[in-house]
Amino acid sequence: MEGNVWKFGDDIDTDIIIPGRYLVVIDPKELAKHVMEGLDPDFHNKINEGDFILGGKNFGCGSSREHAPLAFKGAGVSAVIAESFARIFYRNSINVGIPLLEAPGISKHLETGDKIEVDMDKGVIRKLETGEEYKFQKLPEFMLEILDKGGLIPYVKEQME
Amino acid sequence: MSMTMAEKILAKSAGKKESEAGEIVMANIDVAMTHDLTGPLSVESFEKIGTPKVWDPEKIVIVFDHQVPADSLDAANNHLVMRQFVKEQKIKNFYDVREGVCHQVLPEKGHIVPGEVVVGTDSHTCTHGALGAFSTGIGSTDMAMVFSTGQLWFKVPETIRFEIEGTLGNYVSAKDVVLNIIGQIGADGATYKACEFVGSTVKEMNVSDRMVLCNMAIEMGGKTGLVEPDEKTLQYVNARSNKSYEVMKTDLDAPSLETMHIDVNELEPQIACPHHVDNVKPVSDVDGIEIDQVFLGSCTNGRISDLRDAAKILKGNHVSDSVRMLVIPASREVYTKALDEGLMNTFVDAGALVTNPCCGPCLGGHVGLIGPGEVSLSTSNRNFRGRQGSPEGEVYLSSASVAAASAIIGKITDPRNIKF
Repeated sequence: MEGNVWKFGDDIDTDIIIPGRYLVVIDPKELAKHVMEGLDPDFHNKINEGDFILGGKNFGCGSSREHAPLAFKGAGVSAVIAESFARIFYRNSINVGIPLLEAPGISKHLETGDKIEVDMDKGVIRKLETGEEYKFQKLPEFMLEILDKGGLIPYVKEQME
Repeated sequence: MSMTMAEKILAKSAGKKESEAGEIVMANIDVAMTHDLTGPLSVESFEKIGTPKVWDPEKIVIVFDHQVPADSLDAANNHLVMRQFVKEQKIKNFYDVREGVCHQVLPEKGHIVPGEVVVGTDSHTCTHGALGAFSTGIGSTDMAMVFSTGQLWFKVPETIRFEIEGTLGNYVSAKDVVLNIIGQIGADGATYKACEFVGSTVKEMNVSDRMVLCNMAIEMGGKTGLVEPDEKTLQYVNARSNKSYEVMKTDLDAPSLETMHIDVNELEPQIACPHHVDNVKPVSDVDGIEIDQVFLGSCTNGRISDLRDAAKILKGNHVSDSVRMLVIPASREVYTKALDEGLMNTFVDAGALVTNPCCGPCLGGHVGLIGPGEVSLSTSNRNFRGRQGSPEGEVYLSSASVAAASAIIGKITDPRNIKF
């Protein structure tokens, strides 16, 4: 995976990711039109397919709305990287097929606009300009399989067949 | 083996004698709740899995509370999707637009008993731990799995035991206690952990107040709130449920237990300031901040005790001309009681707006949104940027008493300083 970094701070909550008034829709592409709107109303026009979201600690705190990782999915986000994640957001993201990379200390090293490459198998984030590498907590095998199938539902359906 | 309440409940639900923090267990779910806002996504995911029938139509509870009555075509369509699902799947426990907020309706209607595992597609599902159940919020895909199989995997959490001691002062409430704790340990201070509330102060509290503590466990990252069942719990449960249940309690020598002591004797009313719930200050630090809207209600503080606290202050007084005050009872039962006790007359006479039981402006998707530059003082649980409408608005959180006093003055006000 390769793309640009979009950096945000600590405690990014799910109301920031997708405000409550948009939860009446469930189409990821529609949700993506409002992603991160609370901090930057124009964000959906700036982010490109394959880009990365970078957060500080406690990323995704707040509501259990699965619309939050779905909005990222609709916007083409390839993974969310953060110092730490809130619990429900973590489960929801894996379930809808968005990789979450937990990398303590990472926000000191990356800024908005940095181009990075991520190796899921090795657990490494590489800054392309400098070649510097940062480690993240590798995901357990079963989560990688879920992500590989595009989420929990396609994964379970394949298991049932 | 010595275990915490959380470990005991999860072990039992997984058909095991023991479980310990860190272990992954496959729990059999006793109650699965969804509502009008996160329900449609759960139903869509359930249909994608393709299981023709839900695992147990008697264990699913569906409550319409977030957008009731429907305020848009999208909301009306979502309601239709859910009503159709209820009909097709023969869901027994369905509460349409009239009943109230899910986290009040579930305990009231006897769906929550000690020792069970409850999941809901709403992060404040942790509220139900106040009755000694392991109760936690999940997403829609996880709920679709529960609908299909009746099971869900959990990592067994460690437990933080908050030992709360002391007597609460005049106009100081459970909300102030829990805001104070969140301010101390931070918005991620209990991430992945069960938050157990014990001590003499909790013993003194009624079930409603204990729900306030557990409701806010998620605001420090907690997986569930928990209060050990006692006579008050059993009295509440036995009057409302005919389900059999088992009371489980924490062994004090359980290895996964950590304890934090809280002394509330000197505690003053607390305010969570914009835009994070852990940005907590004593009311004296923010006294005098001008407000545009006051919201009394929600799954945190929309219960009869909260309405009584507010009415006591509002009686014979008038809401400031510069303030809109919304009073939203958490359920039909609360609404009826408040009518019987004359509280609604007090609110309407004081110039407040009273609406039907619902989530109201708490999530910023239904009634009572705030505009750019406006300030809301709210008895709900979240003050995130944009939570109640405009991202340029500000939300402060408080107890019902502080909300009522502030509505009269038009500014954030410590009720202890005013003679009403």
